[in-house]
Amino acid sequence: MKFALAGNPNSGKTTLFNNLTGSTAHVGNWPGVTVDKKEGVYKRGTDKIGIIDLPGIYSLSPYSPEEIIARNYILNDTPDDAPDLIINIVDATNLERNLYLTTQLLETGIPMVIALNMMDVVEKNGDTIDVKALEAAIGIPVIPICALKKNGIKELIDKSVAAVKAGKMPTTILKESKISDVYCEVLDEVKKRNTKHEVFVAVKLIEGDDLIKRAYTDLVPTITAILEKNPQPDHDNDYESLVADMRYQYISSNLSIHQTKATKNTNVTRTEKADKVLTHKIWGIPIFIVIMFAVFHIIFSGDFLYLSIYGLEPIEAPGVYLQTLVGELSGMGIEAIAGALENQAVWVQSLVVDGLLGGIDAVLSFMPQMLLLFLFLSIMEETGYMARVAFILDRAFRNFGLSGRALLPLLMCFGCGVPGIMATKGLENEKERKISIILAPFFSCGAKMPIWAVFAATLFLERGGEFVVFGMYFLGIATAILVTIILRKTIYKGSVPHFIMELPNYHRPQVRSTLRHLWDKVIHYIKRVTLVIAGAVVIIWLLSSFSFTFTFVEDIGDSMMGIISKGLTWLFIPLGFAMGDQGWMFVVAVFTGLIAKEMVVATLGVFSGMTADEILEGGELAGTGIAALLSALSIPAAIAFMAFNLLSVPCLAAVGAASGELRNKKSLWGAIGIWLLTAYVISFVLYWAGTYWWIGMTLGIIAAVIITLYILNYKGIIKLSKIFGKTPDKKTLQL
Amino acid sequence: MEKPLDTFSAQEKGVVKRISAEGKLKRRLFDMGITRGAQIIMQKAAPLGDPLEINIRGYELTLRKAEAQAVIMEVTD
Repeated sequence: MKFALAGNPNSGKTTLFNNLTGSTAHVGNWPGVTVDKKEGVYKRGTDKIGIIDLPGIYSLSPYSPEEIIARNYILNDTPDDAPDLIINIVDATNLERNLYLTTQLLETGIPMVIALNMMDVVEKNGDTIDVKALEAAIGIPVIPICALKKNGIKELIDKSVAAVKAGKMPTTILKESKISDVYCEVLDEVKKRNTKHEVFVAVKLIEGDDLIKRAYTDLVPTITAILEKNPQPDHDNDYESLVADMRYQYISSNLSIHQTKATKNTNVTRTEKADKVLTHKIWGIPIFIVIMFAVFHIIFSGDFLYLSIYGLEPIEAPGVYLQTLVGELSGMGIEAIAGALENQAVWVQSLVVDGLLGGIDAVLSFMPQMLLLFLFLSIMEETGYMARVAFILDRAFRNFGLSGRALLPLLMCFGCGVPGIMATKGLENEKERKISIILAPFFSCGAKMPIWAVFAATLFLERGGEFVVFGMYFLGIATAILVTIILRKTIYKGSVPHFIMELPNYHRPQVRSTLRHLWDKVIHYIKRVTLVIAGAVVIIWLLSSFSFTFTFVEDIGDSMMGIISKGLTWLFIPLGFAMGDQGWMFVVAVFTGLIAKEMVVATLGVFSGMTADEILEGGELAGTGIAALLSALSIPAAIAFMAFNLLSVPCLAAVGAASGELRNKKSLWGAIGIWLLTAYVISFVLYWAGTYWWIGMTLGIIAAVIITLYILNYKGIIKLSKIFGKTPDKKTLQL
Repeated sequence: MEKPLDTFSAQEKGVVKRISAEGKLKRRLFDMGITRGAQIIMQKAAPLGDPLEINIRGYELTLRKAEAQAVIMEVTD
């Protein structure tokens, strides 16, 4: 037996899913879908019931990918996959809008029960809902539950099983409405086709649903004739609007009358109070900046709470501390294994220690900081604050052709591009989704941090080292803005996506479910990344340890990788860092960086006779091998090298994630092309501008100029169109 | 008095008269409960002046001025 969970976003669906399936839940990727559907098992005695968690939707209309996935799953006829029952989760605190989806689900004719969630909140607010009367009016079982406290779960399943046995006829509000004649006529036509889900198809044909119209092209002329015969002057002959109105009218006059609202709603007042501060006209944005700063400080700061300012011994922030701890543990593990392999052949030691273990170490090294970042982001998401952030910042995002919704995935990219790219699934608009994926590598991720750190501690030590790290983050953001504007004017033209979003009531984060959510992410991430990394590491190791005659070489310069890099060095000469005797080494580092960005430092370490651990453990680097190697670069060349690593193709794991989300080869190659081109052009400009004008702040100036130009253009003070001979489409920008 | 939703000031109330949008925008507005006869209270504008926050059918919804422009309202007291 299979039960599908369907309901509005934020109705408590996932909490119910977790409670139903317990530890047996697993995240499964279905082929060809954009949003993860989750499947788990509920054990009822000896019976096993499959529970499918569908994406949260507001309606079964064919517009967002989530809606199409949910609808395709609900309507599928595959014998072992089709749902035997729908558990429709309804947020009792938001009855009318939630029941709107219910009226559509009832049209499918699949047996259904309503899980009336958050009844405890309703009671706490002093409101009441007459469940019996609601059940009688709607004609299917309604079971009050509290998904959080697991109340009512057993009754829900018992009634569900009974509902499957009882079977169900499809019902629609159109049957007893003022257009019942039209409906019956259309239904008769559909019945002649002998198709499944006749009622659903008939209603959707009346609503003018594109997907259904395409599936029943031959029926369309007949239906159009029927609709034209019955004009609806009240609604400008717009049946879609008429049906939507009738649904809500039906809900408010038959269903939601069974709820009584208390005069004063305490919970809403709490949310309103919080919003008075958090989305305040003046304080809203500063508060957001302070919160983000605190989050990054806790994760990345080497001087927690700025104790050193007060003359105290600086301590590491929790994130840095955890990272050091994990690094030490994995270092000990690697040493132990290396010791055990001492008597093996040199190439075996090299493969296991340098290759495989090095790769795993690379992943582990930034895992703690990445997880902390996700923990904070999940808390912000769960409490409802993230929706407010989108509300506050939407206007700023719109300037670049994105909506406030793109914020969450892009913020994640500061931790790691892989989950950031995966989170773009939540974006409705396809162009916005694609642009966000392309922007992902520009947000300096945790794995790129060591590169900036090494340069800051060597070449830039007495030349404003702290500006290097800050500058790379800034360069990434400025590039992201620039690339978005260019993409919006060229290949991803079109109107700015809509921004219509629910602002849920604030509530306390659920520690258990947040940690669980995080755990799911870790497992998902480790599976995905270790497979890719392990494979790639072996390939890179082969290339850098063997010559073209397949003999094991000690010097990487004689290996296939070294020879290829030397051969390709000319490509990077215009960027400055490939010049000179040691230039090819930096080219090798760029290539190994494609596996994982921390390989860049590891590779440079190999050339300077140091291990990555030695370089990154935080000691004095002046006078060491790595400092000597990096001093071969001029300042502009070093900046160009860092910029190239920041902006070019991200690590293989992120490319894998991007290929999963972009879903076609053409888009993926397009993205790779954009990354390479952006990295090359920006590095080129930085190198040449820096060489002739190197005050060290070139990157800042260029970015500032671009932003100023754009803002001035947007405000209409100057006209970029006159300079570039193109008319900016003001109308689409404002939409 | 009839006027589009984006011209409402904070705490102004009204009832939806009609939606003058097409396609995806129209559908999305319907799905979120903005249909004829629905009561809307304007809450506030975001710090940068756009989008807007409204209260509809007992919950808070945010939408841009450009989208609110398509919602034609009848002002009530």
